[in-house]
Amino acid sequence: MSTTTTLEQPKTGTWDGGNEPMKASYGKLMMWFFLLSDTFTFGAFLTTYGLIRHRHNAYTGTSEDFVFSNAYWPIPEKVFNAFPGFHGVDLPLAFVALMTMILILSSVTMVLAVEAGHRMDKNDVQKWLLWTILFGSTFLACQAWEWSHFIHGSDQGLALADGSKIFGATLVQNEYGPVLFADLFFFITGFHGTHVFSGIVLLIIMFINTVNGTYQRRGHYEMVEKVGLYWHFVDLVWVFVFTFFYLV
Amino acid sequence: MASHSHHAHDEQLTGEIPKAQTKGIWRVFVILCVLTAIEFAFAFFMEPGTLRNIIFIILTIFKAFFIVAEFMHLKHETKSLIWTILVPTALLVWLIIALVTEGSYYADAVFNYFK
Repeated sequence: MSTTTTLEQPKTGTWDGGNEPMKASYGKLMMWFFLLSDTFTFGAFLTTYGLIRHRHNAYTGTSEDFVFSNAYWPIPEKVFNAFPGFHGVDLPLAFVALMTMILILSSVTMVLAVEAGHRMDKNDVQKWLLWTILFGSTFLACQAWEWSHFIHGSDQGLALADGSKIFGATLVQNEYGPVLFADLFFFITGFHGTHVFSGIVLLIIMFINTVNGTYQRRGHYEMVEKVGLYWHFVDLVWVFVFTFFYLV
Repeated sequence: MASHSHHAHDEQLTGEIPKAQTKGIWRVFVILCVLTAIEFAFAFFMEPGTLRNIIFIILTIFKAFFIVAEFMHLKHETKSLIWTILVPTALLVWLIIALVTEGSYYADAVFNYFK
């Protein structure tokens, strides 16, 4: 091989790429920009929700007299009042409160994993990643139960004018209110759930790499940080879904 | 070549691992729990209405602030990165508000026109 072969030296000038104005790596910046674009997707869902909800009548009576009807938008706490193991007991928003706590807790264990990564503490990174995977999977399982309950419906169902009854909700019928209410529920929580699922897959990859010592050899745990950003974003989206779908 | 030869023994040579500094993380966790609890208190003890919705949205923005600033570490990034994220987000919030209000008006107008 010729000894005169020279590799191009990294450019170090301010305007040659030798400058890092945001003091963040390429990967981290790109994760931020991806999350920004994802914000637009969820913003579109939020806009759709606002517009469709506005086009439906609001329920004007008291909370005690509320009955399910296709004529107006339902009160969320009347729709989401079931809890696994407490069949027929009215526990408004209790299950979604539990789900919210689980997801916030998974965010905390994720930060703890990132923090352990800064200290190059392989054992702690493994431990906290496992907790995060566990809480994330629990959240997904809860959502699966919530969907199943929503789809199968209540015992009494909704009586239609022709004497027939419908139970639960699909994309074309809805026991709890207007059909579009169910559609929005499936699309918004479904899209969020898909994000959680992707996050769990990424976390499992992170866990395998950590166990194999890939990041320890690399000298930093930045990959865990990047997946952490994504995971917190999923938590952030849930905070908004929770407010606009379950509270407002 | 060089990149893996001199890192081969890193796992044995890491030496002292500093102690974890997790006080701030748990503080944010407590704040998020308290804000969520306040939201539930309002959901059950206040009549539905515009005021209650405004309270919900304000509390949600507080929660979002703590998640983005502390958990996602944005508060501790450079100013240019903070603004790079916040300015498009602010414009998006404006877009959502505009689309919902104008869209609602437009939908009502079309609906009434064909009534």
